[in-house]
Amino acid sequence: MSVFEQKGSEAVSNRVMPGMTHNTLPLLHEVRHALERLLRTGDSTIIDLRAIPFGPGDEERLLSLLGEGEVVATLDVLGRTTVRESRFSGVWIVDHYNSEAERIAFQLEVIEIPALLRAQTEDMNQSLDALDSVLNTETHGPE
Amino acid sequence: MAENSTLGDSLRRHGVSRRGFLKFCTATASLMALPPSMVPAIAAALERARRPSVIWLSFQECTGCTESLTRSHSPSVESLIFDHISLDYHHTLQAAAGEAAEAAREAAMHENKGNYILVVDGSIPLGNPGYSTIAGISNLQMLEETAKDAAAIVAVGTCAAFGGLPQANPNPTGAVSVSDIIKDKPIINVSGCPPIPTVITGVLAHFLTFGAIPELDQYNRPKVFYGQSIHDRCYRRPFYDKGLFAETFDDEGAKAGWCLYKLGCKGPMTYNACATTKWNQGTSWPVESGHGCLGCSEPRFWDAGGFYNALSVPISDNSQTVAFAAAAGLVLGAAAAGLNYKTKDEAQKAHGTVTIDDLEKKS
Repeated sequence: MSVFEQKGSEAVSNRVMPGMTHNTLPLLHEVRHALERLLRTGDSTIIDLRAIPFGPGDEERLLSLLGEGEVVATLDVLGRTTVRESRFSGVWIVDHYNSEAERIAFQLEVIEIPALLRAQTEDMNQSLDALDSVLNTETHGPE
Repeated sequence: MAENSTLGDSLRRHGVSRRGFLKFCTATASLMALPPSMVPAIAAALERARRPSVIWLSFQECTGCTESLTRSHSPSVESLIFDHISLDYHHTLQAAAGEAAEAAREAAMHENKGNYILVVDGSIPLGNPGYSTIAGISNLQMLEETAKDAAAIVAVGTCAAFGGLPQANPNPTGAVSVSDIIKDKPIINVSGCPPIPTVITGVLAHFLTFGAIPELDQYNRPKVFYGQSIHDRCYRRPFYDKGLFAETFDDEGAKAGWCLYKLGCKGPMTYNACATTKWNQGTSWPVESGHGCLGCSEPRFWDAGGFYNALSVPISDNSQTVAFAAAAGLVLGAAAAGLNYKTKDEAQKAHGTVTIDDLEKKS
């Protein structure tokens, strides 16, 4: 269960062990550097949170500090994926689950908009064919 | 059996959209411990990846490695990968047995000559072929004939990689590792007792994706998973740096999550991905559960001193020390025995009580 799914801040604070969240602030510094780089050069950054040696409470503290922004999107593709903008514009929390609701990837993306939200060229080409088919059927009736 | 369709074809046949494919590649990159910037390269490679045949041999082992893999949760990404490999022989998992099973192995070897992946768990006994056989074939013979036409070998678990528990002193079966026998094939050691399931699938995913073995360390382990020590990646490391150690498993230091070095943690000499990948869907790992690392992914970890001795305690070969002491003690022992007998006799006469400490002090 992601921290967002827990009700209220109490559930979060109960899991945070004081003095054990050594990796939260260094990671937040990394995010800050990434955001600065995005603004300066346009280069985006993706941080794989599963590669970070989090201690008990690190993830909860990080997500608590990042907060929640204006955009929340849910994708239903090979299981659920949630894309949430943090309270810091340009910093996104992307959480991938499989069809059995198990987390398979967990990332911070420092980017204008995560690539997964963009319509993909191959999918749009297929959509063009599908639209032609619909229009053909509506205009001429089913074959 | 292996077929010629690519993974890209297979995913499209399953109705997976391009977004789904991107998600699949993102999860695969995470699984392989590769940076997210590699996703486009992974996507391009997976589009072309073909279905490989896998033959899995189990020798002197406890089936813990297979259990680790199959009892783990099965994320879609791993399921898709396993849908895409052709597991042609695995005598724990396959329905066939006896001659039919061996026929499947031989058919897979013949049809995929030079291209199949051989996965081995368990060590190989050289002491006596009868210690471990499958369908009447010794482990040594089966390994040699199956390895001959393999593209690469993945030694799963510390037993296959380094000899493991069967090789522990006094090694009654003459157990050796795969690399002690096979010298002319690329071997990837995925050590651990058992290895982390996502590390096993990550290595297979790497081979499936890129058609090549990943970069290896001095023990032929993939650097992406075994490149850094447990100690360096441990969330308790800051306590070590400050000199804050738990002295017992239930003292205030232990409760505060201090470093477990003094309780025998082998993190400083152990290279594995536990500290980041963790176990049970990233729930926890031994150090987070309050127990030191046993060093299970390292060679000879069973004989590397006591699990609860700090690394700073010298490792001595007690059997030799005892042997020398015994030889030297034969002469002294005779004299001491005489003295003990005299002490005991005097005590009996005086109706006194003699303790072990009394005897030791006087001998």
